Amino acid sequence: MTEASLNEAADAAIKAFDGAQNLDELAALRRDHLGDAAPIPQARRSLGTIPKDQRKDAGRFVNMALGRAEKHFAQVKVVLEEKRNAEVLELERVDVTVPTTREQVGALHPITILNEQIADIFVGMGWEIAEGPEVEAEYFNFDALNFLPDHPARTLQDTFHIAPEGSRQVLRTHTSPVQVRTMLNREVPIYIACPGRVFRTDELDATHTPVFHQIEGLAVDKGLTMAHLRGTLDHLAKELFGPETKTRMRSNYFPFTEPSAEVDVWFPNKKGGAGWIEWGGCGMVNPNVLRAVGVDPEEYTGFAFGMGIERTLQFRNGLSDMRDMVEGDIRFTLPFGIQA
Amino acid sequence: MLIAQNWVTGLLGHANEGWKVPSSDLDSGYVRVGFETEGYWPIPETTGPLVFGRVETIEELTEFKKPIRHCHVNVGDANGTGELQSIVCGARNFKEGDTVVVSLPGAVLPGDFAISARETYGRMSAGMICSASELGLADKQNSGIITLDPSYGEPGEDARQALGLEDTVFDVNVTPDRGYALSARGLTRELASAFSLTFTDPAIEPAVAGIEVKVPAVEGSLINVELREETKAIRFGLRKVSGIDPAAESPFWMQRELMLSGQRPVNAATDVTNYVMLLLGQPMHAFDAAKVTGDLVVRNATAGEKFETLDHVKRTLNEEDVVITDDNGIQSLAGVMGGLTSEISDTTTDVYFEAATWDTITVARTSRRHKLSSEASRRFERGVDPAIVEIALDIAATLLVEIAGGTVDAGRTLVGDVPAMQPITMKVTRPSELAGVDYSAETVIARLEEVGCTVAVSGDTLEVTPPTWRGDLTMSADLVEEVLRLEGLEAIPTIIPTAPAGRGLTDAQKRRRAVGHALAYAGYAEIIPSPFMDPEVFDVWGLAADDERRKTVSVLNPLEAERNVLSTSLLPSMLDAVKRNVARGHNDFSLFGLQQVAFEHGSGVSPMPSVASRPEESVVAELVDSLPNQPLHVATVGTGNIEFEGPWGKGRAYTFADAIESARAVARAAGVTLELANADALPWHPGRCAALLIDGTPVGYAGELHPQILEKAGLPARTCAMELDLSALPLVENLPAPVLSSFPALHQDIALVVDETIPAEDVRAVVEAGAGELIETVELFDVYRSEQLGENKKSLAFSLRFRATDRTLTDEEANEARLQAAELAKEKFNAEMRG
Repeated sequence: MTEASLNEAADAAIKAFDGAQNLDELAALRRDHLGDAAPIPQARRSLGTIPKDQRKDAGRFVNMALGRAEKHFAQVKVVLEEKRNAEVLELERVDVTVPTTREQVGALHPITILNEQIADIFVGMGWEIAEGPEVEAEYFNFDALNFLPDHPARTLQDTFHIAPEGSRQVLRTHTSPVQVRTMLNREVPIYIACPGRVFRTDELDATHTPVFHQIEGLAVDKGLTMAHLRGTLDHLAKELFGPETKTRMRSNYFPFTEPSAEVDVWFPNKKGGAGWIEWGGCGMVNPNVLRAVGVDPEEYTGFAFGMGIERTLQFRNGLSDMRDMVEGDIRFTLPFGIQA
Repeated sequence: MLIAQNWVTGLLGHANEGWKVPSSDLDSGYVRVGFETEGYWPIPETTGPLVFGRVETIEELTEFKKPIRHCHVNVGDANGTGELQSIVCGARNFKEGDTVVVSLPGAVLPGDFAISARETYGRMSAGMICSASELGLADKQNSGIITLDPSYGEPGEDARQALGLEDTVFDVNVTPDRGYALSARGLTRELASAFSLTFTDPAIEPAVAGIEVKVPAVEGSLINVELREETKAIRFGLRKVSGIDPAAESPFWMQRELMLSGQRPVNAATDVTNYVMLLLGQPMHAFDAAKVTGDLVVRNATAGEKFETLDHVKRTLNEEDVVITDDNGIQSLAGVMGGLTSEISDTTTDVYFEAATWDTITVARTSRRHKLSSEASRRFERGVDPAIVEIALDIAATLLVEIAGGTVDAGRTLVGDVPAMQPITMKVTRPSELAGVDYSAETVIARLEEVGCTVAVSGDTLEVTPPTWRGDLTMSADLVEEVLRLEGLEAIPTIIPTAPAGRGLTDAQKRRRAVGHALAYAGYAEIIPSPFMDPEVFDVWGLAADDERRKTVSVLNPLEAERNVLSTSLLPSMLDAVKRNVARGHNDFSLFGLQQVAFEHGSGVSPMPSVASRPEESVVAELVDSLPNQPLHVATVGTGNIEFEGPWGKGRAYTFADAIESARAVARAAGVTLELANADALPWHPGRCAALLIDGTPVGYAGELHPQILEKAGLPARTCAMELDLSALPLVENLPAPVLSSFPALHQDIALVVDETIPAEDVRAVVEAGAGELIETVELFDVYRSEQLGENKKSLAFSLRFRATDRTLTDEEANEARLQAAELAKEKFNAEMRG
């Protein structure tokens, strides 16, 4: 083939490639123009038949033509590939707002979440978490806590008793029996928080539940004062309700502490507006309680406190009906997620 | 305790002239010294003309269903005309000549009750003769028409001031240790501390209450009283007033105080006893002296003895109840309530006043036993000052004579002495040590004296003798509390204590958390199953009589009669929650619960060691062992689809396999591996239940629930469940790290044909055992059944992965191991290798 016809063939290929609309067409055109049967490759193959003295030039012309066509092919291919890629992406476009969650999403009960949060706060202060059984000996639940035999809290009106009559067993009315057990099992100093389920014979309604949860704390050590009690409550309150939280104590009476006080909290984000809320009870451990577990009240002092978990949720998270806590409606649990 | 502001400020004002306080300050005063108030409310306002009137004529109208009175009342010039006011009235407790309170047209009474002139019962009624409740002074049941001594005011004069309508009632919450504070005497003492006022004790100077005691000097005694030792009664006193006017009524000022404190005026003698109780805290009883025969004996009742109390309830007494008897029988249930026989009546002319000090516990028990809580029992239970018997009797006698005439008998019966108070020794620094605040010795002593203690100082030690009304002060901690509360708890600083380095959460606590989180992340919503259940659920399930889960612990006083036992399984309550959720429109959900359950165990009766000292170790062990077994269980239930239906297509139903997976999620979180075995355990489907085993011991079950049980219980078909005893899982020690071989693995498959009844897991285990030490994993990847295999046969295809730790395996080695596995399977299960 002559130089001119080779150029012509290359021009034809280039022109054809330019006309390709997609990669398939381009591939077909490549077969037409650069395939085995096409003029330029044929010319290349026939170079061997050309006389030696002409072969060098002929080879150069073939290579030039081939190079030009190939180069152009590559350029067109890149363009068409980009076009194809863009088309594919467009084609594969989906509506991402269509729901995607096939699997159920679980959640922890808010009581569990708050219990864990509180446990972490105490563990952070070096305290330990102590737990115990829900059916308790009256000794642990009442006697050792300085409830006299005729204290009204012991009656069937207030406390679930275990059959048969005279079993001296009750469903614990607070988690304080765990404190007694701990003091009997362990050497002082003791710093423990006791979360758990407790029971009182209140009918279930919007504001009462016979089964609820408490967090109690107990510290027994040398030189503990009401100031340490207040410091601990203050810290707990600030962790749970925010840094602006304030606490105050008001004198009260409990058999197991003396002096005893109620603790109120104030915080800006309280449901229903900033204000004081009765949170729980506290005080210095009654010397009778220390004596009952063999701790010398002259040498050691202790403080104790207790709060309701449901109550805390009530004014922190705006829980409106106690029944929601116990009915197991998934609409109640699910919004709390896992928060861990 | 309900008590009006003006009464306490009046009592305090006697020694603190000009002292006044807004209600809100009084409220904080109460709170400051440890008396929470449940609330305080002003007497609701009456506007418009409210005047004194004198009833001139009463015409009884009898033609109506109920008797009606048409009255003409002199209201002076208040009606603008000076003429008698025509008023129709339905009440009857007033007579001609009485001074009454009249609201004239234009007046608006509490509750937006506007008074206007109108015709009723055929007569003109231009106004209303007011009752105490209409003026907001009392509850309706405690109230009648107010009749007054003429000295209160002339007809036509405004009545508000004289009636004391501008007052505020406080509901003061008195803690059970402070019985003395259930009285004006006790509360004014506290308020004097709260406001730094001088306190004058009305039991010592009754003049602060406007009372001038006028009784003859005691001479001789009245009837004999035998106070038996068994009653534990401390003191008993009687004083007698003879010749009273039976028709005399207590004055308005007294009735007003009673009504504002929530009590009902009854008759002069009874009102006097109630007034003295409110003033001093000494409950009293008034007997009609004419109905008392012979001497009095105070003794314990005999079991089964009958007595009808003033509230017309016939009671069967217990031998621990204390009764006051005369020759005719029981006259009073001591410290709680009197009886009908010797009740004051409208013919009573001679009255015995009784004031006594009873044993707190005895009264508490009687009150509880008979479900009879009276104003008297509330005070006796909490402790009444034994030293005020005499003054209470004298004040009562004085007041009754003032009201109803008669004379006080010179005789007085008085049995029992005021017990000596035990002194308490306390270092003067003790309050500072417990409070973390420095109190001076002077402060400590002054505060203790303020509450009534006698303080003897010797160096830095105080010997403190509590007053007779403070039986609750028995140890130094009690005295510390008095100092702290009067000095104010707000003075206590904030110090965070430094605990010794802690261990963090225990392994069991971490595991509980991990399990809960794992299930939540796996799509389960946590609920808190009820601890109570109906034992009949187990009949519905068809559990055998000796099934472990029937070893329930019963509650003596359940709130719901049928749910009277504690749960041994979390599933009954969780299935209730399934039903509730389905009823509320949810179909696809899975729940988990993580709680203690209780199984009957041991003697079921706990010892009650003394609290005087630490119990022996053996007793502590006995206490712990006497209780039910209370392991921590975890349970899941799933119903409907575990994967939802959606734009992606069909959902996937929750199946037995998902229940088993929930058990595996628990096991993974706990760091243990569960073995599975086909099991037939109710309430599960006999063919779709897995026993969950640790070292061959079942710790729980998982699978689909029994279809008939689901149907009977009204639960969705195909509901699945898992329950296991978390406490039974071993706590995992530090796990050894695996050694990884860097040599390549070889894969081979093996298909074994076995009987349908042979569990896949058993075959897998045998293949693993048979393949020797080169085997790395054996995984079931296909279960195939066909006619060619034959009836009741299945082919289990396993993929085997071999690897050596020290060399590259050859195909021959792997094949050899595979054939050995097949051989063992043949030997154990008669398994045929396919292909």
